[in-house]
Amino acid sequence: MQVPTMLEIKNLHVSVGERKILNGLSLTVKAGEVAAIMGPNGTGKSTLAYVIAGREGYEVEGEVLLDGENIFELDPNERAAKGLFLAFQYPVEIPGVATMTFLKAALNAQRSARGEAELQTPDFMKRVKEAANKLGVTQDMLRRPLNSGFSGGEKKRMEILQMALLGPRFAILDETDSGLDIDALRVVSDGVNALRSSERGFLVITHYQRLLDYIKPDTVHVMAQGRIMKTGGPELALELERHGYKEYIGEAA
Amino acid sequence: MAALRETVERVDAIDVDAYKYGFFTDIESEKAPKGLNEDIVRFISAKKSEPQWLTDWRLGAYRRWLTMSEPKWARVDYPSIDYQDLYYYSAPKSTPGPTSLEDVDPELLRTYEKLGIPLREQEILAGVENRRVAVDAVFDSVSVATTFKEELAKAGVIFCPISEAVREYPELVQKYLGSVVPVTDNFFATLNSAVFSDGSFVYVPKGVRCPMELSTYFRINEKNTGQFERTLIIADEGSYVSYLEGCTAPKRDENQLHAAVVELIALDDAEIKYSTVQNWYPGDSEGKGGIYNFVTKRGDCRGRNSHISWTQVETGSAITWKYPSCILRGDGSQGEFYSIAVSNGRQQVDSGTKMIHLGKNTKSRIISKGISAGRSQNTYRGLVSAHRKAEGARNFTNCDSLLIGDKCGAHTVPYIESKNPSVQFEHEATTSKISEDQLFYAMQRGLSAEDATALIVNGFVRDVLQQLPMEFAVEAQKLISISLEGSVG
Repeated sequence: MQVPTMLEIKNLHVSVGERKILNGLSLTVKAGEVAAIMGPNGTGKSTLAYVIAGREGYEVEGEVLLDGENIFELDPNERAAKGLFLAFQYPVEIPGVATMTFLKAALNAQRSARGEAELQTPDFMKRVKEAANKLGVTQDMLRRPLNSGFSGGEKKRMEILQMALLGPRFAILDETDSGLDIDALRVVSDGVNALRSSERGFLVITHYQRLLDYIKPDTVHVMAQGRIMKTGGPELALELERHGYKEYIGEAA
Repeated sequence: MAALRETVERVDAIDVDAYKYGFFTDIESEKAPKGLNEDIVRFISAKKSEPQWLTDWRLGAYRRWLTMSEPKWARVDYPSIDYQDLYYYSAPKSTPGPTSLEDVDPELLRTYEKLGIPLREQEILAGVENRRVAVDAVFDSVSVATTFKEELAKAGVIFCPISEAVREYPELVQKYLGSVVPVTDNFFATLNSAVFSDGSFVYVPKGVRCPMELSTYFRINEKNTGQFERTLIIADEGSYVSYLEGCTAPKRDENQLHAAVVELIALDDAEIKYSTVQNWYPGDSEGKGGIYNFVTKRGDCRGRNSHISWTQVETGSAITWKYPSCILRGDGSQGEFYSIAVSNGRQQVDSGTKMIHLGKNTKSRIISKGISAGRSQNTYRGLVSAHRKAEGARNFTNCDSLLIGDKCGAHTVPYIESKNPSVQFEHEATTSKISEDQLFYAMQRGLSAEDATALIVNGFVRDVLQQLPMEFAVEAQKLISISLEGSVG
């Protein structure tokens, strides 16, 4: 049986004002696949994540299909309801809004957008507690305002908790390893690995090989100069670790 | 981000046009002739069958007022008010002084029903559990109904229209009226002293904890009518009372003047909690119409270890000029001010508080949250001062402003004075915008732009909402959502 394509990006051009950031990027991720994107700083990796998730303020050409449907006309919340999740490189603080309140509002907004019944509090609490225990997220964190005063590691764990709770079809992890010590990296990676399934795709953005020791990718794409320069298997990540990105930057310059 | 722009546009479009309480009740009224002179002052006093001392008090205020001019220091801009073009007295005709709800014009009761204020005690009793609130309803210049009077009387609490208190409890009124806000205090307070019409009077005797929340709803109905209510609350030694006022008015193209005076007196170990949910008509999106709200509210912590706390949620009025204050006279007394001021459309808010530390070891706390949207201007103006003798006085002030969109303004003007070296005053202030980052983050998790905005705003005001009595906190939260969005709530 042929594995269906989950995310398909066709000839994506993105610019902000005069500055061109993505330059004809194409990429395909199949159901069940974990694809890694590696590339030097400032090459447009985070922009790619934002554009897929629907952040505005970019001039965009090309197509992004999720499960065969063009999602470019959809607002970010509509894309979320279709099962798209972005774990932010810098999760945002929302003062005064208890984490638990935020999680419940988000989950129920997605459920009602999909025509599903809203989750009642006891059921919701149970799910949050299960996910929280696995990720070492404390009750105290759940009571505090979302991400306010959280350490870098706590914020990243909270992102993975939200991913586990929302159960997306397709998740993008934007430099989830940045700011994590080795123990936190293990916890976060275990959280991601637990969600791997044939029904779910991942796009893991990083510029270090380190994360890929824990989250083993099926495919590795090298991104530079706003497009994919090379695609391969896990061995490509190791090669990059040894030789760096010089070759790719040089090639385009 | 388009979602943010869209939210801002929606806020711009719906803003004040979504005002729910803009209807007018067609009810026959009795009015004094337009304009203001000594005869009008006497007319009002005679209508209320007042004793001579009060008529003289009013006339003294009127003569003083003639020598005063409108204050111009606030950051608000409005055309000059023609004080001769207003009615100073208007009363629903059938109510020279209703003695029970049965005597009240059913049209009036329907008005209050529309406003969501149940006047009939049985309705309140049949309603939500624990929602036991005694209500005094003031319609234009007169109080039309006070509920739960008997039950309060059993506890010894007096809660009645001030016009009735003048007749029934003259010694209390004479002793305390004008003792916190003197007749000469300021232009609007002096005007109020001359022409005040009605308002609530509360006296809680020694050692009594008032058995329920007290509440007054003010409604301006008549056209071209100024509303000048006067509220006087006295908490005797060791007593406690929680009081809430709510305000609405019909939509009109003309501006209407509201110049109230509220005086609170807390004696030794007494506590007064005063909450306001102010939703006067704010005018339309172009700034036409709306209430001019020039209000003097002051509490006197006269006794040792007394405690006064002001909580306000301000969403209405075209112009707000209001500084609920505390005079911390008694040693060890405490003053608090918690405020949420939401401005939208072309609203102008200049509001804040004064904490005057006179006694030793007095404490005050100010938490102010300003939210500006549309083309509004929102200013926090506050004074914290310590007298020479205010040994060990402490204040903590926190002023946060939140901007929605880029055509509104937020301003913070704190004045801090200390004449005693032992005092500790702290001031924190922040101004922030609902950031595109926050909105995008919340939307990425599935929330619509409006829901995300409402959630962020609610988070911003949470500290203050928690200070409101439970049932009003929910009401206030809804009101904030409505004033900002229309589509939410």
